[in-house]
Amino acid sequence: MSTILSAGTPAPDFSLHVTPDQKLSLKELRGRPVVLAFYPADWSPVCGDQMALYNEILSEFHKSGAELLGISVDGSWCHEAFAKDRRLHFPLLADFEPKGAVAKAYGAYRQEDGYCERALFVIDKNGVIAWSYISPVAVNPGADGILDALESLPK
Amino acid sequence: MSLRVPVTDQDHIQGNPNAKCTLVEYGDYECPHCGHAHPIVKRIQKHFGKKLRFVFRNFPLAQMHPHAESAAETAEFAGAHGKFWEMHDGLFENQQELGGSLYLKLAGQLKLSPEKWRTAMDSREFLPRVKDDFTGGVRSGVNGTPTFFINGKRHDASFEYEDLLAAIDSTIKS
Repeated sequence: MSTILSAGTPAPDFSLHVTPDQKLSLKELRGRPVVLAFYPADWSPVCGDQMALYNEILSEFHKSGAELLGISVDGSWCHEAFAKDRRLHFPLLADFEPKGAVAKAYGAYRQEDGYCERALFVIDKNGVIAWSYISPVAVNPGADGILDALESLPK
Repeated sequence: MSLRVPVTDQDHIQGNPNAKCTLVEYGDYECPHCGHAHPIVKRIQKHFGKKLRFVFRNFPLAQMHPHAESAAETAEFAGAHGKFWEMHDGLFENQQELGGSLYLKLAGQLKLSPEKWRTAMDSREFLPRVKDDFTGGVRSGVNGTPTFFINGKRHDASFEYEDLLAAIDSTIKS
């Protein structure tokens, strides 16, 4: 497994496509916590995959004022189709060109496979990583760690 | 990963209350994997008899499964009238037909009032209970459905009959 950025590290900024004609940068979200969830690919075949689970508990994230961002190397057209099919209510970022550059900056890229790790980052309102976690790629890390981390953020 | 919400008498519990082993399932009535697990759990219960108690909690993936929440509410409605497990079985055994007409048919077979069912559904009377189960599950590390806990510890391996049986067996013997 990769070595991901750890708590206390300033979160590397990025600007990525969130729709085919719109970009989102991390610094635009300064002032509130951000949950950044790297995942290998859209169209995972299982029920209750990671993104679907987060979609169900979005209101729990929002209670902490946090913004959830999914991120993978899939392109924005692919993300759009996936989000529509799964009725996802949060943005998916396309770490597509140069491929995996943001994942690499966070230490969450699997060079041998060409896709992201399952890696989670909770970034505080000042843009500093407050918590990070990497899960074996076949294991959905769930959301308990994220919720615990959000609750421990200073108010 | 362990169960953070302890089993209490507010839970739906089947089997010996003093059993040495407790199997908790977080499930979704519309999830095909849960449908697959349903008869496996029945066989497991039969195998272990008094050594096992079984608890079912709701984990409807409502964005993905449009009937999951209404099915869970219907099971809770039946539970409030002492017929939880009968409804639970009926829902899983007719998973392809989830929806109002199935709920009414099952309610009828269980001699539950269709008017009370409709009132409960319209007022979403049992939704808070379903949501509480869901949130508690998330906090315990439920990451999909079905998720099983054996004596409070998440069972990450397969839930095919032999695998679940072996895991419970080793818990009982330990």
